[in-house]
Amino acid sequence: MKSLAELAALREKAKAEVNLRNNGEDKIRVVVGMATCGIAAGARPVLAAFVEEADKRQLKNVMITQTGCIGICKLEPVVEVYVPGQEKVTYVKMTAEKAVKVVTDHLINGQVVSEYTIGTEQ
Amino acid sequence: MNIVRAHILVCRGTGCSSAHSEEIFKRFEEELKAQGMADEVKMIQTGCFGLCELGPIVVVYPEGAMYTRVTPDDVSEIVSEHIVKGRIVQRLLHTEKDSAEVVADLSKTKFYEKQTRVALRNCGVINPENIDEYIAVDGYEALGRVLTEMTPEEVIDIITKSGLRGRGGAGFPTGLKWKFASAPAPVKYVCCNADEGDPGAFMDRSVLEGDPHVVLEAMTIAGYAIGAHQGYIYVRAEYPIAIHRLQIAIKQAREYGFLGDDIFGTGFSFDIELRLGSGAFVCGEETALMTSIEGNRGEPRPRPPFPAVKGLFEKPTILNNVETWANIPRIILNGADWFASMGTEKSKGTKVFCLVGKINNTGLVEIPMGTTLREVVEEIGGGIPNGKKFKAAQTGGPSGGCIPASLIDTPIDYESLAAIGSIVGSGGLIIMDEDTCMVDIAKFFLQFTMDESCGKCSPCRIGTKRLYEMITKITEGEGTLEMLDEMEELCHHLQKNALCALGQTAPNPVLSTLKYFRDEYIAHVVDKRCPAGVCTKLLTYEIDPAKCKGCTLCARNCPADAISGKVKEVHVIDKSKCIKCGVCMSNCKFDAIVKK
Ligand SMILES: Cc1cc2nc3c(=O)[nH]c(=O)nc-3n(C[C@H](O)[C@H](O)[C@H](O)COP(=O)(O)O)c2cc1C
Ligand code: FES
Repeated sequence: MKSLAELAALREKAKAEVNLRNNGEDKIRVVVGMATCGIAAGARPVLAAFVEEADKRQLKNVMITQTGCIGICKLEPVVEVYVPGQEKVTYVKMTAEKAVKVVTDHLINGQVVSEYTIGTEQ
Repeated sequence: MNIVRAHILVCRGTGCSSAHSEEIFKRFEEELKAQGMADEVKMIQTGCFGLCELGPIVVVYPEGAMYTRVTPDDVSEIVSEHIVKGRIVQRLLHTEKDSAEVVADLSKTKFYEKQTRVALRNCGVINPENIDEYIAVDGYEALGRVLTEMTPEEVIDIITKSGLRGRGGAGFPTGLKWKFASAPAPVKYVCCNADEGDPGAFMDRSVLEGDPHVVLEAMTIAGYAIGAHQGYIYVRAEYPIAIHRLQIAIKQAREYGFLGDDIFGTGFSFDIELRLGSGAFVCGEETALMTSIEGNRGEPRPRPPFPAVKGLFEKPTILNNVETWANIPRIILNGADWFASMGTEKSKGTKVFCLVGKINNTGLVEIPMGTTLREVVEEIGGGIPNGKKFKAAQTGGPSGGCIPASLIDTPIDYESLAAIGSIVGSGGLIIMDEDTCMVDIAKFFLQFTMDESCGKCSPCRIGTKRLYEMITKITEGEGTLEMLDEMEELCHHLQKNALCALGQTAPNPVLSTLKYFRDEYIAHVVDKRCPAGVCTKLLTYEIDPAKCKGCTLCARNCPADAISGKVKEVHVIDKSKCIKCGVCMSNCKFDAIVKK
């Protein structure tokens, strides 16, 4: 260890490892429906895509978790996005490719991808 | 590609480890592997969460769900429900006592809400065996700043201004201690007291098990502040997990260059070695500890000279307690004012207590100084089990005293406790209910100090023995009222004349119970009666003829054959044979046995 800068660099790298354990109120929450219906419809690759994309883009304020059945099984995989201070957005019939777009458009740029939302289905 | 989406933290503190948390950890790994999720879920072992009563503890992030009393058989359910489907396993969550509410997020439980975690901030949060996790939570930043931006005087100054006082028992101002040791001298030492001898105390063990690097970082800071290049951690051999993690931490710190030569490129060098103690209580006393590190029999030496002048190997030495050390890096990073803003006028910061005895939430709690005993017992501790009444709290272990129920609103800080004849001590906090006999408690601690007296000085060696003999007579109904006065006189003699604080403080449990519970002593002496029903010599067991159905169960189970009677007839206990074991009472289905 030769300098504070070296330590800071090390810390930045290490922080990513423990960041998950800091569940602050100010985070964007991405919740993937992972009940039997969701998993059968392909929720696992969707979840994986979210995690991978968020990691690739170093999104530190995003928390990705799962939940059970929301009750609209025919629209699974369902993903809900909670941005602090805004209304929740529900995406339906998700795929891994759609997940990548949600990350870039919605999570990073704040633009809801309206063509994937539940409103367009009903 | 790292796509970790969940962290599973399994407590590997001593409490949870003794309840199979290692097996739980292994089962998780197997289960995750079987489900093909070993890469996306990270397993982490941590130090004590402080809620050992509810252990083994497992916490799953990002939700922060805390599972309590987890068994190895629960693992597959947690994986298949929570990890795969995202459904928190409600049945394993902690339910708050006296409310039906199930709490998922551990920081929201009553147990944690009232706490302020400074010394324990990383316990249960990071993996103690991974230096990177310590670095991620600002570890070694304080050391870096101290070495590259501050003079030794500035370091001592900030510690002095913070108002930090030693957490090992005596409460001596830490900054002042460092200042005394800062006078120029070619060789000096920095020591850490991890002997933790108080019965029932495990604060220091938990810090070492949960956050070993904080001690290394703090000792290195002190080394720079006083100009020492070698540190020793004196840790008791009965703490194998703590020792193991310290060894790993020292190795990692050396690899990363936080220990060794030219730390942070400043030319400053410092290294730390472990010394294992064999568990003698007196070796926690500073001069005895140093004698023991030197390789001699652990006996205290007269002070002065104080260790800051002539300590380990006759060189200027500072010795601080584990918890004292755990506060140092935070004070450097957050400033003296931040630390001084917590606590009371003369007792700053927080203190860790081991809450044990007759209390619902047994465990480790860290509270701002000045929190009242009532808040600790009723809110954090969740009250007394089985609807019993709070009778007293014992603080400071064998060197401390009792706080009776009438003083439950006493703020817990150095001054307030001293004023009522007790001490903060190292942090033991034993809660007693109405079934506790205060004479018996005093006897328990006296036996401890008598056994642990090193024998070097006669006031302590003989004094504790005579005190113990007298108190034993009292618990056996052979005491006299004069004996109470004699005991008091002997206590004062010990306080004044013993060589070290072991003997000087050994009378405290006696004096404080005599002060607040004299009526109980008198009941033992005059009425030959133990009001709490604890002292067996003063008890008699009898059978209530109105309730006895003659079922013979008691007679069949009595190990002393002291009960006789025919089937369906009233039984009687032969008092000359009865050994007062209480087996009859716990077996009787008709509540016919009475203890008097
Ligand atoms: C009999 C006896 C036992 C002690 N045991 C301990 C102990 O186990 N741990 C500890 O930190 N201090 C213990 N002390 C207090 C130490 O002598 C010393 O005051 C303390 O380690 C100094 O560190 P501090 O200023 O950081 O509290 C004990 C003192 C006596 C008299
Ligand atoms: S050892 Fe696990 S909570 Fe204390």
